Amino acid sequence: MSEQSKTEEPMPLYEVFIRPKAGLSHKHVGSLHAIDDTMALHMARDVYTRRAEGVSIWVVRSNLIAASDPVDKDMLFEPTASKIYRHPTFYEVPEEVGHM
Amino acid sequence: MYAQALDQKDKGPAVIEDPERLARFEARCAADEKIEPKDWMPEAYRRTLIRQVSQHAHSEVIGMQPEGNWVTRAPSLKRKAVLLSKIQDEAGHGLYLYSACETLGVSREEVVEALLAGKAKYSSIFNYPTLNWADMGAIGWLVDGAAIMNQIPLCRCSYGPYARAMIRICKEESFHQRQGYEIMLTLARGTPAQKAMAQDALNRWWWPCLMMFGPPDAVSEHSSESMRWKIKRFSNDDLRQKFIDATVPQGLFLGLTFPDPELKFNEATEHWETGPIDWSEFKRVLAGEGPCNRQRMRVRRQTEADGAWVREAARVHAKKRAARQALQAAE
Ligand SMILES: [Fe+2]
Ligand SMILES: [Fe+2]
Repeated sequence: MSEQSKTEEPMPLYEVFIRPKAGLSHKHVGSLHAIDDTMALHMARDVYTRRAEGVSIWVVRSNLIAASDPVDKDMLFEPTASKIYRHPTFYEVPEEVGHM
Repeated sequence: MYAQALDQKDKGPAVIEDPERLARFEARCAADEKIEPKDWMPEAYRRTLIRQVSQHAHSEVIGMQPEGNWVTRAPSLKRKAVLLSKIQDEAGHGLYLYSACETLGVSREEVVEALLAGKAKYSSIFNYPTLNWADMGAIGWLVDGAAIMNQIPLCRCSYGPYARAMIRICKEESFHQRQGYEIMLTLARGTPAQKAMAQDALNRWWWPCLMMFGPPDAVSEHSSESMRWKIKRFSNDDLRQKFIDATVPQGLFLGLTFPDPELKFNEATEHWETGPIDWSEFKRVLAGEGPCNRQRMRVRRQTEADGAWVREAARVHAKKRAARQALQAAE
């Protein structure tokens, strides 16, 4: 009970990714706690695919994910804003040439 | 409602925030930007959300009890399968919300512990008993209906993980409300005894459902902060009125009456108007004196205790397997 749950060892956190159907990528859908990979897969199936939401599940321990720091957001992603020449719309093609 | 937490004052110690960061945060909220777990946020925002999201999660989980009461007595296999599915959804909702809550920097154990210790609240509605089968209809139609009213705006909440959990939940709630209304419709079109059951359920659930939206705006303690921070988007009274306007015609279609002699349609405002709500009842239920508060907590604590050996077995099994794998790898 309340006394027990205080002393219980917490179960690791997992992130769950589902492929909605063949041809699409796995997408993050949420997380859950499980003792190991097998249990995490079972629980992900029970919780996140009750209505045919997917055909494949990935689970990964949250602490194994390396993530960029939001503080570095500008340093990492801002420079691309000025590189508009990386987009096709930067280039003009005469109408006579047609669709390219 | 499910998150009546917003009507409580923040009791945590006041934190002086860096004015520059605070201004940037306020600007992001004003621009309808989403806040994600690792972004900087004011302590009061974090605390308000932890309180609201955890109480919302507790409500989903405690909310399984009144319906669980009827699983073995559902009138047909179809109704039983539907009811089980709905209850399973509510368990899932609890999980989505606990997960969202954990991204705010509290552990699952801490929030569950707060519930078991009686320190955290859950929605007042789940402290009412389910006395006849029609209550399964009334709960789906009215309680889940009220939940939807409240949860749709929360899909646009500024906190990303909460908003995403709400989107998933809202998709599932619609089934809950419709299956409930279908139960009511079947009973209302059945024998006089069945119709009387439906009427009895409506009589008992109507007022408590109106209370789910929390105290009237005039006395609600929620701060303007939660509106500004896009945690709350409509006032209690606004949401309640939306619910009343949507629900009354549905009840009349069933051929049932509402337990409110003063209920009338105002042609000028085009709104349904109810008689006064008995807020003393709401206060009593929130304070722990509802018909089922003690039973709900007792069952929740017992469930936690009963599951301890299962969790322990899973831990031991996982350790044994890990040890065996390590041994095999060494060979
Ligand atoms: Fe729910
Ligand atoms: Fe529901």
